[in-house]
Amino acid sequence: MEIKVVRKVLSVNERMAEQNRRLFFEKGVYVINIMSSPGSGKTALLEKTLSRIAADIPTAVIVGDICTTNDADRLALSGVPVLQINTDAFGGECHLAAHVIEKAVDELNLSGIRLLFIENVGNLVCPAEFDLGEDRRVVVMSTTEGEDKPVKYPLMFRTCHAAVINKSDLLPYLDYDLQQAKTNILTVHPEMPIFTVSAKTGEGMEAWLDWIKNRVREKSSGVK
Amino acid sequence: MYVKTLGCLGSSAPRCSAMHEMGIAMEILSIASASIPETLKGAKVHSIRLKIGKLTALVPESLRFCFDIVSQDTPLAGARLLIEEIPLVMRCDQCHNEWTLEGPSFSCPACESGRLTLLSGRDLDIESIEIEEEDNCSRMEGKA
Repeated sequence: MEIKVVRKVLSVNERMAEQNRRLFFEKGVYVINIMSSPGSGKTALLEKTLSRIAADIPTAVIVGDICTTNDADRLALSGVPVLQINTDAFGGECHLAAHVIEKAVDELNLSGIRLLFIENVGNLVCPAEFDLGEDRRVVVMSTTEGEDKPVKYPLMFRTCHAAVINKSDLLPYLDYDLQQAKTNILTVHPEMPIFTVSAKTGEGMEAWLDWIKNRVREKSSGVK
Repeated sequence: MYVKTLGCLGSSAPRCSAMHEMGIAMEILSIASASIPETLKGAKVHSIRLKIGKLTALVPESLRFCFDIVSQDTPLAGARLLIEEIPLVMRCDQCHNEWTLEGPSFSCPACESGRLTLLSGRDLDIESIEIEEEDNCSRMEGKA
């Protein structure tokens, strides 16, 4: 006997993400979900970004890891509110889900905050599947990884709105084909803005920071 | 310095391996369990029909493996996951061409535009559950 169900498996997450999105909208907070494989420099990129942006735009960070508060400790030196989520307590999950963000937002005082970064768990597969209620998704890759990451993980690169290629300072020492990496990103997502930066030296950060500032400005003025 | 940690809040989720298929298997279990009509509670579920799009980060074998673990000791233990793979179909916003993607290249093969609309391929849906007939019949007879 067949019983019709017809339901989205992730409908609970999607509902929760919509709730988060409404809350962020009401509070006027622009939310950027940053994803990458482990070690591509999400935390370093955020450190540099916060040092350049937090004085002008009140910013907060939620950072997800399976274990440790190492990343939060680093980011907190910037002086902005940082909340570390250890997914160990949520079943050791390899990604952040919308209900975890809802709890985190409860803990984090968002009043006066205009920009919220969510540093997702380092992983190019699972986080792509989970909407958190963010405004924009950014994928970070780095010059020490394969140029073919975008075509190996198309869902991640397809669902993101911008890509950052980090560690440009290492290009002279590597065989990394930057043009090929960009071509691969554009194969999966033809109109994706790409920012080539070095979070270490600060090279290329201006364009990335402008992109963020423009997005935040658009949201505050009601244009999305 | 302002660091808060979240992780000791606890959660209803049992500890499981670090793959998202486990969480998805748990969602499938909960949706399928809730779909069994009151009159058939305790009946054996033979299979669960799923639609999974090509552009999802799901490995069917991992999903089956996880589902077998989370469904243990529930009425859904032993239920098979019948997975229908949904092709990734795009439409070009420029020339309205529609085609099925086989690889990760997201440009229109006709006009090379990158402005596309996804028509299918992100699906992750439970379509139906199949409850074993024999049990139902004997149940009905027993009631009659």
